[in-house]
Amino acid sequence: MINKGSKILLEVKNLKAEVAGVEILKGVDLTVRAGEVHAIMGINGSGKSTFSKVLAGHPDYAVTGGSATFQGKDLFSLEPEERARAGLFLAFQYPVEIPGVSNSALLRLAYNTLQTERGLEELDPLEFEDLVQEKIKVVEMDASFLSRSVNEGFSGGEKKRNEILQMAILEPRLAILDETDSGLDIDALRIVANGVNSLLTSDNAVVMVTHYQRLLNYIVPDYVHVMDGGRIVRTGGKELALELEARGYDWLRAAA
Amino acid sequence: MTLEPGTRQQCFEQLLLGKTVKSAGWLEAIRVEALERARVLNLPSDRHDDWRLTDLSALFQHGFQPAASFAGLSLSNIDKFLIAGTIRLVFVDGSFSRELSDLTLTEAGVTVTSLVECFGDAQIEAQFARHAPYKQDAFAALNTRFFEDGAWVHVSGEVSTPIHILHVSTRRDMPTALYPRALVVLEPNSRAILVEDYAGLDGGINFSNAVTEVVLKDHAQLQHVRVQREENNAFHIGHCSVESGRGSVYTATSLAFGARMSRHTLHVKQQGEGVEMHLNGLALIAGRQIADTHTLIEHAAPRGKSVQLHKCIADGSAHAIFSGKIVVHPGAAGTDSAQSSRNLLLSGKARIDTQPQLEIFNDDVSCKHGATVGQIDADALFFLKSRGLTEERARSLLTHAFAAEIIDRIPVPSLVDSLGKTILERMNGDRKSGVRT
Repeated sequence: MINKGSKILLEVKNLKAEVAGVEILKGVDLTVRAGEVHAIMGINGSGKSTFSKVLAGHPDYAVTGGSATFQGKDLFSLEPEERARAGLFLAFQYPVEIPGVSNSALLRLAYNTLQTERGLEELDPLEFEDLVQEKIKVVEMDASFLSRSVNEGFSGGEKKRNEILQMAILEPRLAILDETDSGLDIDALRIVANGVNSLLTSDNAVVMVTHYQRLLNYIVPDYVHVMDGGRIVRTGGKELALELEARGYDWLRAAA
Repeated sequence: MTLEPGTRQQCFEQLLLGKTVKSAGWLEAIRVEALERARVLNLPSDRHDDWRLTDLSALFQHGFQPAASFAGLSLSNIDKFLIAGTIRLVFVDGSFSRELSDLTLTEAGVTVTSLVECFGDAQIEAQFARHAPYKQDAFAALNTRFFEDGAWVHVSGEVSTPIHILHVSTRRDMPTALYPRALVVLEPNSRAILVEDYAGLDGGINFSNAVTEVVLKDHAQLQHVRVQREENNAFHIGHCSVESGRGSVYTATSLAFGARMSRHTLHVKQQGEGVEMHLNGLALIAGRQIADTHTLIEHAAPRGKSVQLHKCIADGSAHAIFSGKIVVHPGAAGTDSAQSSRNLLLSGKARIDTQPQLEIFNDDVSCKHGATVGQIDADALFFLKSRGLTEERARSLLTHAFAAEIIDRIPVPSLVDSLGKTILERMNGDRKSGVRT
């Protein structure tokens, strides 16, 4: 929901970044206010996934210019874990499997780390169990997934649901969903989208990075940005996504 | 003759001056022969092919004295090593401690006691020193010559209560040589869970030279856990020989955490048809530690199975070695063997050597083996950091997870829990006193 008076969560100005010496982002500008839902669309190689990884602090990407301010803090002066503690969340395009670490143990560890950061009480295993049983309903996941190793042997859809479960537990101010819709069948897509929608409030915001318009039928964006060649080349409302779906990306490139 | 201190020869001569223990006739003959063999064999030099990768120079720095007296410990001193709900036999500096042992859970079908008290038993005479290579291996020879006492475990029934044999070494004025010993015999169709535990107190510079012999008769089943958690200044060299009869099942889970330098040799031999063996191993070391694991699996009868998973984790400038040899003898048709060596390097200065070796003298076999050496997965590390965990916490979680695959195979839940904590303490302790690397 757009409210021009609400607080700015993220402000990115002229961001440039490279991976292995190749410049991928060539001057990205983006402002996200509390309560807003943004979609960043673009073809493969446009830089949209790089953008999400740079914001989260992936070590393979080097920021070479510009700035990003997250809730008033210089984002690039923070380690990835400090960004998480400040309320930034990245839902991974390819969630990693971690054999030997149980899902519930990781969730509790991450949750309690953030609680401590926020000056709140940690939860013991029993208290946390109550919380997680409540949150797991958001993604319609079976409780048996909690005792399994993180993402090990999960299907593509289960992994994505697990990312949203982490989001539900950690309650970030800004969630970046990196191609969360890729590899999902229609039922899983609906569940993931319902989960995200149920977590939206006027205090937080979501940036969805996606290739397809499909997800936007379920999570309706306030803004749609088109990224091409490492820049945001057009910004519009949700109708822009429909236009892209109908006409493809080429007309934008020709126009630019 | 004066010898230069800090040399192999000096260390060896000092060990040969160990305390002579008087024994009954049949054992005395073995002890005399063991000393003769030790003199001939000498300690291995770096030219010894089987010891080429194992740096013994830190061991050779010391002249180890025999344990002349025994520390008086109370249960509170060894509290952190106790495992609830076990039949417990405790040795302090190689000597049996009746006060610290707890045999109240002993049930019908099992005898757990001091070897010295039972040397008249024909069972012992029939098996003792028949399996350990005291004629070929200098350390086994020294143990056989100088051991004070040991554990005698005789199982004839299906025993569900785990048997915990705890060797505690204490801090003494002089570096001390200790010789833990055990003989374990499982009668046909019997079952047991055995935990051999080597622990130290107060940073003593002791040298534990341990020998264990295990005999599984037909269709016996043993789950054998071995925990080496000596103090970080200590030395530990252990040998375990296992003979297995028809249809028996042997599961070993061997862990090496402690000692400045350690080596464990596990030699298992499938004598009867259709033996099944599972060998799990973990070495987790840091600082300047050296941990060497040598295993030899001999398939000497048809339709035997062996599954092995060994893991090494090395941090700091530690050096872990795994040498795993599998021999399939001509008569061992239908052998099914799989070996996997997986290794995790936590620092650029740490080193891991892994040497799988197969010797197959038979066409009708299935033998698979593989080895990997890797570092902490960068993607997993970033993922955990993106969830708010510090680099240190994330690394320790991933390391712990790598180790947990082995530790979780221990069939004693309370030991699994306490070892999990031990690992975290050891890893964090090393980080905090990182200068020691």
